[in-house]
Amino acid sequence: MNAPFTVNGVALQLTGVGKRFEQKTVLHELDLTLHAGEFVALVGRSGCGKSTLLRLVAGLDQASAGLIEADGKPHNAAKNDTRLMFQDARLLPWKSVLQNVGLGLSGDWHDRAVAALAEVGLSEHAHKWPAQLSGGQRQRVALARALIHRPRLLLLDEPLGALDALTRIEMHQLIERLWQHHGFTVLLVTHDVQEAVALADRVILIEEGHIGLDQAVELPRPRARGTATFAALEERILNRVLALPDIGALDALPAATEPIVPAALRWAL
Amino acid sequence: MSGKQKTSRLGQTLLPWLVPALIILAWQFAASAGEIDSRVMPSPLAVLKAGKDLAASGQLWLHLKISFIRAMIGFAIGGGIGLALGLITGLSKRSELLLDSTVQMIRTIPPLALIPLVILWFGIDESAKLFLVAFGTLFPVYINTYHGIRSVDAGLVEMARSYGLKGWPLFRDVILPGALPSILVGVRFALGFAWILLIVAETISASTGIGYLATNAREFLQTDVVVLSILLYALLGKASDAVARLLERRWLRWHPAYQ
Repeated sequence: MNAPFTVNGVALQLTGVGKRFEQKTVLHELDLTLHAGEFVALVGRSGCGKSTLLRLVAGLDQASAGLIEADGKPHNAAKNDTRLMFQDARLLPWKSVLQNVGLGLSGDWHDRAVAALAEVGLSEHAHKWPAQLSGGQRQRVALARALIHRPRLLLLDEPLGALDALTRIEMHQLIERLWQHHGFTVLLVTHDVQEAVALADRVILIEEGHIGLDQAVELPRPRARGTATFAALEERILNRVLALPDIGALDALPAATEPIVPAALRWAL
Repeated sequence: MSGKQKTSRLGQTLLPWLVPALIILAWQFAASAGEIDSRVMPSPLAVLKAGKDLAASGQLWLHLKISFIRAMIGFAIGGGIGLALGLITGLSKRSELLLDSTVQMIRTIPPLALIPLVILWFGIDESAKLFLVAFGTLFPVYINTYHGIRSVDAGLVEMARSYGLKGWPLFRDVILPGALPSILVGVRFALGFAWILLIVAETISASTGIGYLATNAREFLQTDVVVLSILLYALLGKASDAVARLLERRWLRWHPAYQ
């Protein structure tokens, strides 16, 4: 029911993956399995290690321990099947939108870039400079730049964090549609529990470098945010996130006499 | 509506010239009225006439051409070395450790302080002037190239690497365009400085060039030619700055500040 229409993604297997920066252990021997074509969201507080995990899978950093395998073979992110989207679009400002989409391609990529831009609905902006686009449009260009490589694993590092709420919802729909169409595996890092519940097949909570919760989201797609089951699931995960006190945040709060409303805290995570 | 816009655009083009035009008018008026001694300051018309006479005899073009060629060759050598050094130290930490502090030490020497040494080394021929211009233009280009490369957005480099760019394509598509705004600032500084150094070099020892024109005219008390030479330097400096700005507008089209 929740599976994409076509499955083209990699199956990702993390075994005992750990990461240390000098004396500080950011990730403790983590085991995680992503099925082919699955949409998995990683949530957690700032500094919990979720972005570090994503960077390991992306090949931007090397794991200190453990094994990352794709389809049973050691995962090589440098190959064309893994693409990463950052929080900022990271478009080259001196290249046109179309040239940005074709970055790193050789041969005749022009038609493919036009097609990729059409997929994200930006055909008419192909010859603009990135500086002339809005934040949401820039992220869509970054998405097209990833799609043109026909990725089998798409890594999203809080790609919508800087966007306004309406643009964010449009982007959710776009990402979901593209995922269903292309069938790649998605690993999404986000601060926003609602975003995770709206998009993911599974929500995984990272706490202090461990997996704190692995919650399947079995809601039919497209998901309506207003429903009671959606809200209940969102609240359950949010309460679990908040269960482990953030020492710094608690110190900063005055003596809490009012009950804390989880929904009000969503953006503060 | 469109007519009003047209006049305002015309006004924007003309307005910067209003003050210079008024000054020249006042100057001419004062000179004609005999308020200014023509040996101290010739009238604008006299300067214009001196220019016309020199142009007619072909002298003006000869000196102008020679000064221009000297400035450009000196700038090409100095700017070229500065660019190369800046690229090397900007791209490699090891070269920076090896070279940067040496370059910075040499940079603190005022180029004009080298004149006695330059005359001892090269005598008073062409190479002395080229050396001075090259020496002065090297450092602005070097510093701005180095700084430009170092300030290229690390996030863009990381992104480009994750898309498989490395080596020459990474330099061509990401690092060089990112450093270009800064490099062009260095080029503008260097071009302005090239003329200053050339004036001094040509005034001290030359038998051609605008500096020679001025020094020679001084010997014969031709104040009009002296003023003409000064104005020629101003024009050349302005022209080279305009060329640099043209390059900025063409190469930095993508930059919001140049749109």
